[in-house]
Amino acid sequence: MPTKYELGHLKALEAESIHIMREVAATMERPALLFSGGKDSIIMVHLARKAFWPARLPFPLVHIDTGQNFSEVIAFRDWMAEDIGARLIVGSVQDDIDAGRVFEDPKSNAGRNRLQTTTLLRTIEEHKFTAMFGGARRDEEKARAKERVFSFRDEFGQWDPKNQRPELWSLYNGRHRPGEHIRAFPISNWTELDVWQYIADENIELPSIYYAHRRPVVHRDGMIMAVNEFVTPRDNEEIVEELVRYRTVGDATCTAAVSSAAANAHDVVTEVAATRITERGATRADDKTSEAAMEDRKREGYF
Amino acid sequence: MSEILRFATAGSVDDGKSTLIGRLLYDSKSIFEDQLEAVERTSRDRGEAVTNLALLTDGLRAEREQGITIDVAYRYFATPKRKFIIADTPGHIQYTRNMVTGASTADLALILVDARHGLVEQSRRHSFLASLLGVPHLVLCVNKMDLVDYDETVFERIKAEFRDFAARLKIHDLSFVPISALHGDNIVHRSQNMPWYAGSSLLHLLEEVHIASDRNLVDVRFPVQYVIRPQDDSWHDYRGYAGQVASGVMKPGDDVMVLPSGFTSTIAAIETMDGQVDEAFPPMSVTVRLSDNIDVSRGDMLCRPNNQPDAVQDVEAVICWMHEQPMDPNGFYRIKHTTRDARAKVSEVLYRLDVNTLHRDTDAATLSLNDVGRIRLRTTVPLFIDRYERNRTTGSFVLIHEGTNATVAAGMIQ
Ligand SMILES: Nc1nc2c(ncn2[C@@H]2O[C@H](COP(=O)(O)OP(=O)(O)OP(=O)(O)O)[C@@H](O)[C@H]2O)c(=O)[nH]1
Ligand SMILES: [Mg+2]
Repeated sequence: MPTKYELGHLKALEAESIHIMREVAATMERPALLFSGGKDSIIMVHLARKAFWPARLPFPLVHIDTGQNFSEVIAFRDWMAEDIGARLIVGSVQDDIDAGRVFEDPKSNAGRNRLQTTTLLRTIEEHKFTAMFGGARRDEEKARAKERVFSFRDEFGQWDPKNQRPELWSLYNGRHRPGEHIRAFPISNWTELDVWQYIADENIELPSIYYAHRRPVVHRDGMIMAVNEFVTPRDNEEIVEELVRYRTVGDATCTAAVSSAAANAHDVVTEVAATRITERGATRADDKTSEAAMEDRKREGYF
Repeated sequence: MSEILRFATAGSVDDGKSTLIGRLLYDSKSIFEDQLEAVERTSRDRGEAVTNLALLTDGLRAEREQGITIDVAYRYFATPKRKFIIADTPGHIQYTRNMVTGASTADLALILVDARHGLVEQSRRHSFLASLLGVPHLVLCVNKMDLVDYDETVFERIKAEFRDFAARLKIHDLSFVPISALHGDNIVHRSQNMPWYAGSSLLHLLEEVHIASDRNLVDVRFPVQYVIRPQDDSWHDYRGYAGQVASGVMKPGDDVMVLPSGFTSTIAAIETMDGQVDEAFPPMSVTVRLSDNIDVSRGDMLCRPNNQPDAVQDVEAVICWMHEQPMDPNGFYRIKHTTRDARAKVSEVLYRLDVNTLHRDTDAATLSLNDVGRIRLRTTVPLFIDRYERNRTTGSFVLIHEGTNATVAAGMIQ
């Protein structure tokens, strides 16, 4: 029997996230929510709806589109924006490639991930956004574990990890000069398991590829990569059909699946509770580049 | 349903805070294989004989290069009893502001002391800051017991020394554990090496410490964060006041007063997207509707007519100065207090505290980086305050530099 006036941990996390979202909406002039169609950004939209209900979201959704996404995720993205009556702005990495602002490194195993930074910063500038909600969680990665809830970015979009603003209690300093902006991370304190438990508790709908399905894959560098228009088998690789699901859904060229029979959120909770490998470790080729890959990308202005 | 315990590490540089967190995560099986492999690889590459568990939290390039913690790392783990949010803070004096950041929301602080050195200035400073920040539970961990042959007299001596110092601080709950973070003694399991120690392991203590009664459920304080007015025909006349309950318990039908206007009304409903709630209490985020159509906006506060915070423009507070540029004793700053934003002028520096001796230097003209002192501020609009000791939300504020926008000070209202 819980003591009176105690909130369970998920409800406490939810309350904190809603508080952060309302602070941003109340104090920042032009916020937007980075929305990829992945589970963390879907949770964010869910929390934002709760924060402003019965009103609509007081900010648009922004997707930085590498052009190399899983089609199920893009379809879900469009459906969800429509369903909640939100404005969706798409910043296209392909546009920056076509304009010669960025170049693709054909040898990179990180896909177009790093290129997104240019598109993200361009989109922020074009729309004069002053705050971007991100769905990054501190449990994801060791550089993210260090970042503030309100994370200041200078006029170049850079994060300076050695000089972050002190952030006490629930008082968030979003003040900045023109050209600078704030990244706000409302689900900083959630873990992967919290996210899945919340999805199960709240019956939140996700793109189908988060649950077990059969698809043709190849095994590459210890990871399971789906064969599709972005990933073609190499000479020594054999295509096999396997039961898999995705733990994260990033760029389709560098996001791996995991072997799984989990058919719904409850199954995934059980699986995540028992897993011994982090979600980025299991599924992201982009993080394997170096020890400080994420820190370096974040310094440049990445999500 | 499990609750969350937030705890922070504190203590001098190299006393073993990050190693302890690494050990706690490792021994409670909260480390993932790929994380462990990565720190094993890095330890090997650096020629270290044993896996350096501090690398689990020291994630920045500069931290790894220097072998110290620079900024707070937040880590998470859960046992069947509780979910834990850990803030591993830096011991180096230069980064005191980051320690303060991590400790400001903590329910409990682990103060580490190196058994060989006993209390040093930084241990005192951090213990003092933890008590100043109103961290309700303090655990003094005498670490590196392996380096003093697990000697009981060393533990008892440091314990006595700390009790002596702590007697002058406001600490409500204090415990002591002798540990070796490196070897795992008394971290998750009771250690065979210290049979003389009759207390519980650190993890057991973290699981059992009683935190439910630390909250203030008496004084209703609801800082209005955001006014919800749907631009939608079906919700035409809807007006809801959104916010997070800072303290107290609110129910529909309760009489409330709105500050600063002083108008009274009753709570018509407390709502969330999931439906109406019968009671709202901290830390719930809810939307309140009132029975009367009165003017309420962000920065206002709802309270009970018979239990109001003080509405003041002169604020006396102990502040912690967190910026390289010293306080301008005649300067203006932005002040953030609950959901209120205002300007504040420093009107008087009352004293600076020596954190070692707790001596008050009343001749101090200003406060510099890492100084703690008592000042008086004059604000452009009234703030609705309680003493920090009674209310961590309505008793706290930060000061922001108007030119650089840097957060320069943290204040606790006295
Ligand atoms: N022998 C022994 N060494 C320890 C113990 N705990 C930590 N150390 C060592 O002490 C050194 C400093 O440990 P850290 O965990 O980095 O210290 P810290 O308190 O986090 O330091 P800062 O974060 O920079 O303030 C490392 O070399 C550890 O291996 C212990 O219980 N016994
Ligand atoms: Mg450390």
